[in-house]
Amino acid sequence: MINTKDILETITMIQDENLDVRTITMGISLLDCCDSDIEKTCRRVYDKITRCAKDLVRTGEEIEKEYGIPIINKRIAVTPIAMVLAACEHKDPVRLAVTLEKAAQTCGVNFIGGYSALVQKGFSPGDRELIESIPEALAVTDHVCSSVNIGSTKAGINMDAVGLMGRIVRQTAERTADRDCIGCAKLVVFCNAPEDNPFMAGAFHGPGEPDCVINVGVSGPGVVRAALAKAGPDCDLTAVADIIKRTAFKITRMGQLVAREASRRLGVPFGIVDLSLAPTPAVGDSVAHILEEMGLECCGAYGTTAALALLNDAVKKGGVMASSHVGGLSGAFIPVTEDAGMIDAARCGCLRLEKLEAMTAVCSVGLDMINIPGDTPAEVIAAIIADEAAIGMVNSKTTAVRVIPAIGKGVGEELSFGGLLGGGPVMPLNTWSPALFIRRGGRIPAPMQSLKN
Amino acid sequence: MRAVITVIGKDTVGILAKISTACAQHNINVSEVTQSILQDLFVMIMMVDISKSDIPFTRFSDEMAALGKEMGLSVHTMHEDIFNSMHRI
Repeated sequence: MINTKDILETITMIQDENLDVRTITMGISLLDCCDSDIEKTCRRVYDKITRCAKDLVRTGEEIEKEYGIPIINKRIAVTPIAMVLAACEHKDPVRLAVTLEKAAQTCGVNFIGGYSALVQKGFSPGDRELIESIPEALAVTDHVCSSVNIGSTKAGINMDAVGLMGRIVRQTAERTADRDCIGCAKLVVFCNAPEDNPFMAGAFHGPGEPDCVINVGVSGPGVVRAALAKAGPDCDLTAVADIIKRTAFKITRMGQLVAREASRRLGVPFGIVDLSLAPTPAVGDSVAHILEEMGLECCGAYGTTAALALLNDAVKKGGVMASSHVGGLSGAFIPVTEDAGMIDAARCGCLRLEKLEAMTAVCSVGLDMINIPGDTPAEVIAAIIADEAAIGMVNSKTTAVRVIPAIGKGVGEELSFGGLLGGGPVMPLNTWSPALFIRRGGRIPAPMQSLKN
Repeated sequence: MRAVITVIGKDTVGILAKISTACAQHNINVSEVTQSILQDLFVMIMMVDISKSDIPFTRFSDEMAALGKEMGLSVHTMHEDIFNSMHRI
């Protein structure tokens, strides 16, 4: 029989430590829906999504019940819409956004991602139209998520796209100012975007993916924190890394089981498990609290980057053996407004943007869910994106920017999005102007892959 | 197919009887039982065979949770695969 201790450990993890599967995300290719007539394209897109994902939510709920594991979200990721739009004579991308919204509602999913464009090297037909339409698309839909990839280690950084995205992020906030600027919480700007990421807002179904695929994102920062708390303050960092690895292994095995079952029941191939520690605003589900458990007085203090580097690496090492295919963003997430510990650290002033930027060099994503002052100019937002993309480009890793300009609000005031997106204080920014640098446009060449210093 | 029923709560008369009666009613065979007291709490773990059960597993799981609630206990019924995959390589 299975060991009693093991059984109780699993139950405690789920009951008291917020262990859950964050998302089952179905990736669907829309490449066979393209048509020169936008009307026909929309119809095909709707039909294909609702056909492929019709059982997704029901199957997710069944697995949840049978295995006793909460599955928080069921989501869909589609081919970057700019690619679908490329074939249309009359390029009206918002109609496709509305179609995605309708399909998401029919399927009952929590989010649909893929209102995206990949422009790291330049714009192809449809890309510019799609990017320009993002503020409106995110204002008229609730479930649609958007992302734009503006750089990569192989291609360099498209600074024309960076400048454009600075403006688009601002406009998106302005268009949704009456709803705490929530549009920006559904918009990510990437460097080195992964094509199989199940997490929002950056999920899309890359062109190299199969027709339809199941990807699973795990979670569980509370479990890691509890395991470290149990070990106490006397174990050294080698032991800390070992505890995290062991815990990550268990969390990922659960994700692998859910992914395999979902794939079997839906008759759709299994893609990857994303080994992530994804926090939620709930108490006891925070990545910042893991760092504090390691011995920092508050997240943001010196030592935070080192602690996060250890955590991120140990999560991957533990998880990688537990799953047959690993991918997506895999690592620790640091979204400020979605993490109770980060919110507190930002409120008390210990966690600042400069520290967060350093943290993104060693964690799995980037500057995520950060509220910035409402009067921040587009060029400053673009420059934040450029800095973050440079970190990703040079270090061959994914980085991203999801900042929310709090229109009409200043430092210390708060935005609240509700649900998994949380809420938090507006953080101060360096206000010196990068306007000329951003206005130059052009491309930052791809970096050397040797002479690593 | 096997499942694990976990019962956690205050020890009272008839817990085992009630849970196993509910299993028998649905043609579910109890293959193993362990009981212990952990941190003042009564903990019982039952391994059951649900392959001949007369109701779908999810309904059985709901019924057990409701029965637990009646007795003031927390009762979880979960597929054994979750424990196997998490704790065995």
